[in-house]
Amino acid sequence: MTDLTESYSGSFGLNFEETELSLSLPGKRSANNSSRKRGFQESVDLTLGGNSTSAGDCHSKTSNDKNEISSSTSKPPATKAQVVGWPPVKSTRKNIMMKSRKLVKVAMDGAPYLRKVDLEMYSSYQQLLSALEGMFSCLGSICKVVKEKKLVDTANGVEYVPTYEDKDGDWMLVGDVPWNMFVESCKRIRLMKSSEEIGLATNCSSTNS
Amino acid sequence: MCLFQSMMNYFPEEVLEHVFDFLTSHRDRNAVSMVCKTWYRVESFSREKVFIGNCYAINPERLIARFPRLRSLTLKGKPHFADFNLVPPDWGGYVYPWIEAMAKASINLEELRLKRMVVSDESLELLARSFPNFKSLVLVSCEGFTTDGLAAIASNCRFLTELDLQENEVEDRRGQWLSCFPDSCISLVSLNFACLKGEVNLAALERLVARCRNLRSLRLNHAVPLDALQRILLQAPQLVDLGTGSFVHDPDSETFNKLKNAIQKCTAIRSLSGFLEVATRCLPAIYPICLHLTSLNLSYAPGIYSNELINLISHCKKLERLWILDTIGDKGLGVVASACKELQELRVFPSDLHGVGYAAVTEEGLVAISAGCPKLNSLLYFCQQMTNAALITVAKNCPNFIRFRLCTLNPVVPDAVTLQPLDEGFGAIVQSCKGLKRLSVSGLLTDQLFLYIGMYAEQLEMLSIAFAGDSDKGMLYVLNGCKKLKKLEIRDSPFGNVALLADVGKYETMRSLWMSSCEVTLGACKTLAKKMPRLNVEIINENEQMEGSSDDRQRVDKMYLYRTLVGPRNDAPDFVWTL
Repeated sequence: MTDLTESYSGSFGLNFEETELSLSLPGKRSANNSSRKRGFQESVDLTLGGNSTSAGDCHSKTSNDKNEISSSTSKPPATKAQVVGWPPVKSTRKNIMMKSRKLVKVAMDGAPYLRKVDLEMYSSYQQLLSALEGMFSCLGSICKVVKEKKLVDTANGVEYVPTYEDKDGDWMLVGDVPWNMFVESCKRIRLMKSSEEIGLATNCSSTNS
Repeated sequence: MCLFQSMMNYFPEEVLEHVFDFLTSHRDRNAVSMVCKTWYRVESFSREKVFIGNCYAINPERLIARFPRLRSLTLKGKPHFADFNLVPPDWGGYVYPWIEAMAKASINLEELRLKRMVVSDESLELLARSFPNFKSLVLVSCEGFTTDGLAAIASNCRFLTELDLQENEVEDRRGQWLSCFPDSCISLVSLNFACLKGEVNLAALERLVARCRNLRSLRLNHAVPLDALQRILLQAPQLVDLGTGSFVHDPDSETFNKLKNAIQKCTAIRSLSGFLEVATRCLPAIYPICLHLTSLNLSYAPGIYSNELINLISHCKKLERLWILDTIGDKGLGVVASACKELQELRVFPSDLHGVGYAAVTEEGLVAISAGCPKLNSLLYFCQQMTNAALITVAKNCPNFIRFRLCTLNPVVPDAVTLQPLDEGFGAIVQSCKGLKRLSVSGLLTDQLFLYIGMYAEQLEMLSIAFAGDSDKGMLYVLNGCKKLKKLEIRDSPFGNVALLADVGKYETMRSLWMSSCEVTLGACKTLAKKMPRLNVEIINENEQMEGSSDDRQRVDKMYLYRTLVGPRNDAPDFVWTL
């Protein structure tokens, strides 16, 4: 069964890319490609969650898209979760489905987009970090977990430290409390460049003391 | 008909009225009211049930003037796409003016059914105070109220038989609203609060169930635990429709054994839903009642996985309606196809709305269902991929579809095998399903499909289009062809002014048209509004993308137009311009 579903998901990914390509290739439908594409792009919403702080980013992103329709093909394809109202599932239904999940956004310094993880899917820091490893690989930089709780971009050697905002709004280092407590408290995750993290660590220790 | 009618005219009006009492459908009553002035008068004086598909098509005063003996009112508010966050929250659809006007006119209201409307606590309080014989409140996809409003209904409506809350956004103030039902309240037949998020006063609930001996339908929310369910079922073995809350317990415990025994005694249960939280080891407790189930809704139960679903459904041989998540997989749908020969309605919802998982169904599952369930007439199917060949087979196997809604998770995905558009497949559906009334299409689609729809879908009443078509022609095929079309909703498709303005008279025969992210310009919308004074053409200018003195050549982001007898509405927010 798992084999079955995995092979479908694989072929789905492939089809999706092909769709994106077919929309931009010259052909019998090419005359309307730009309009179709624009509709799709304008629906892109990066805010996704409720208490988002990136609303401004979203607007600038949208307006960028309007100006750069021609270049949009070179971008990674928008994932389906990013289209407002697609798939057409009632928001009440979504809310109920989300209840069993603990979704948090993940930002990486320098990456132009956010990802989401469901913390309920993992049961330890180790598992979470290995998931984070691959999460921004489409940027071309493949991150590896080095030492404890640090990611390094193998392309340029830059180190990233996973940090998170807890429920009080403080930024903390991932791994500083037991896992279950972390799942309870984590509001979002940021993979911070090591150089900037130093300031945070001192801040943290000063607030803690 | 002529002879019959002239005979009917000799009857005194009392007799006519008595005859009309036997007409229950809105359609028949509307037809009768158009025969002559006498019939119109007699019908309007005797009509007790009124359906209004768009609350802005008419106003409460005209409703009351025409139907003074109104007892039951059904009202719908926001456009359908509001379900998917395409309509801003403050757009409108307020029920308060309706309740206020009916209260002022001393209407003897007994039943109110609302869909996609904004219902404030104030509305519910006024409702509870104003209509002493009020019996039934059904709210579907409504918002704007809290449990305080429900408490007012519970406290004051002494003859309440039905309180049905389906998929509403309700703010939970306190779990005490259930304890507001007075001890004298014994009339409840139907109680559904599955959509409430908050805690529940379990003791009050149990007492209420125990004293309402006619209770047939009970749907609980997630806060009602399994041990409470067991006590409730002991009190109400007569239940026909049960929605469980939490279904989590230790299967080896005393309580769980008691639950098993209680469920076995509930032999009347035909409809089962809920399982909002579930421990799958507890599921065998419901196997004994599965054989008699005609309706099963597990679409809110993400905790049940493929194998358990399959075990459960193989016990349900008489299902007519099944709502389920796509975690069932194609293999599970194969089991449904072989076990549920009576199936008429199937909905398969996506379990993974964020694209992080792997669960999904494909054309394979749908083909299996169509081969195994010949009575299928209603489908909602969210799938990973689809093919023309599969749709052609489905059309051949099940020509009785009335509702066919297929949604590919990727909105523009082509045929998974040939990489062609899905035109031929959907074309086969509209060609062979002569009775099709509702259709939603998705996947890669060209104008060709809309040619087929216009040509074959003679009974089509509602059509949803997303990310489809190539040109104005596509929309024109539909507008020219589908004579019975009532609602057309289109998003992100390249249809523009030519299509919009080709036959403006058409829109008076329809309830509404929604177009968002299409090619329609502000100028064209203005022209349309000018030509057709009985249409409200609303521009929803959410993010102030347009300036006040806008350029007529500018594309409108969202346009909603509908026929109305009462002109522009006066409760529109600033971002809605009625042209």
